[in-house]
Amino acid sequence: MWTWFHKLASPPHFYRIAGKVIPWFSWPALILILLGLYGGLVVAPMDYQQGEGFRIFYVHVPSAIMSMFVYSNMAIAAGIGLIWRMKLAHAVAAASAPIGAWFTFCALATGSIWGKPMWGTWWVWDARLTSELILLFLYLGFIALRSSIEDPQRADRAAAVLALVGVINLPIIHYSVVWWNSLHQGSTMFKSGAMSIEMKWPALAMLFGFMLYFGAVLFVRLRAEVIRRERNATWLKQELAR
Amino acid sequence: MNVSEFLDMGGYAAFVWPAFGLVMSVLVYNIWSARSAHAEARRAAARRLQMEETHS
Amino acid sequence: MQSTGLLRAGALLYARDLKLAFRRWEQVTQPVVFFLMVTTLFPLALSPDTAQLREVAAGIVWVAALLSALLALEFMFRSDYEDGTLEQLVLSGQPLWWLSLVKAMAHWTVSGLPLVVASPLVAASLAVPAAAQPTVMVSLLLGTGILSFLGAVGAGLTLGVRRGSVLLSLLVLPLTMPALIFGARAVDMAIMGDSSRGPLLLLAAMFILSLTLGPFATSAALKVSME
Repeated sequence: MWTWFHKLASPPHFYRIAGKVIPWFSWPALILILLGLYGGLVVAPMDYQQGEGFRIFYVHVPSAIMSMFVYSNMAIAAGIGLIWRMKLAHAVAAASAPIGAWFTFCALATGSIWGKPMWGTWWVWDARLTSELILLFLYLGFIALRSSIEDPQRADRAAAVLALVGVINLPIIHYSVVWWNSLHQGSTMFKSGAMSIEMKWPALAMLFGFMLYFGAVLFVRLRAEVIRRERNATWLKQELAR
Repeated sequence: MNVSEFLDMGGYAAFVWPAFGLVMSVLVYNIWSARSAHAEARRAAARRLQMEETHS
Repeated sequence: MQSTGLLRAGALLYARDLKLAFRRWEQVTQPVVFFLMVTTLFPLALSPDTAQLREVAAGIVWVAALLSALLALEFMFRSDYEDGTLEQLVLSGQPLWWLSLVKAMAHWTVSGLPLVVASPLVAASLAVPAAAQPTVMVSLLLGTGILSFLGAVGAGLTLGVRRGSVLLSLLVLPLTMPALIFGARAVDMAIMGDSSRGPLLLLAAMFILSLTLGPFATSAALKVSME
């Protein structure tokens, strides 16, 4: 089993396998996202209090969940890279960061757009919104730190430390609505019985679509990272000639 | 429900459509950005290999 | 040769850092001067009306103090890094987390405490009532401490990086945002005559968290930068 794992981590193998795997992520992702769109915009019934405006839920909540999911992936990869000195793990962290940052931006933007008609304000400095904003800054800081250190190994490791320090933000984001009375509403997706399945399923479809999407885009970026980091010319030459 | 009612989103059209549009655009952009990063990495690597060959 | 005990090593490092800081007097006074000047700008820009000033005083004092303390942050390890002392510290055999803690303490003493001492003057100039002054000082005492301990991580990560000071601010400010929120809230409540105990306790909790966990992250950061 370990030989398989080591083989996977070897750049030429990884590059090829990643290339084959990507369509298995991207097509299901597309289907699920389209399903989520259809379910969220057309099929799901109107909300009792918020009417059609509630539909923003179907892009806001999956984006927010992904912003944290990607960060935890990034932090785990960073930790693995730091402890076991695996280049591929650092590459995963590096490739995840921009995707995660964009999901965070989407969560903040859609939340703001949703907030205006429903709660009367574009923004409020409560615990959840503030900690999600801090998450965006953590992503940006990670990306900025990596790009400003010239030595690639040191850049990887410094950014990894930063990613791990920022992990403490994740439980704060998640539990902030429990610990503090805040304008942001409490958990609806994860509390059983808080939302009917006929209203919930488009969000779940969208969420899983987003996860598969993340996988696909991550692997594309990883292939780019692998090429960028590769020093051994032979397999690279063969690969580029294809 | 007809098309114009659907587009109106119960009066919330100015909020719902930009929100969905924004997220979908970000998703499309990230696909494009990842693929172009990959293509650029390949081009740069090819250039690098060529230079190494001519200089060796 | 007898190896140095933890406390003694810490005391030596602390004393050395203080001595060096006071030799470079400008490094100590610069943040305070910045603090005084920035807070002076606001009444000029907004309005000298005391009622209005009182409303924004909490935020102004806190943001100005945070930025001033941030100014001094990049010097925490810089000169030691450049003259090789940092390498000696890392190789010294003393636990690096302990040395990081001591260095951050020294930084707090040199850069943070002067701001705390200057804060009543600044607060008074912004029409903060005398009854709120203790809250101002306590909140800034905790806040500058948080900045020193969390900022040490950022300072360690950005050692020797070109334009590191900008990057340092980008890294550290988000981590200090919660402290800013609660600190300014505490001062605001004190200005309005309410008890500021709640936010101050939260601030104290953040302080303890950054004091205990910060040095470990700082030592990891230093090891990465010194490879």
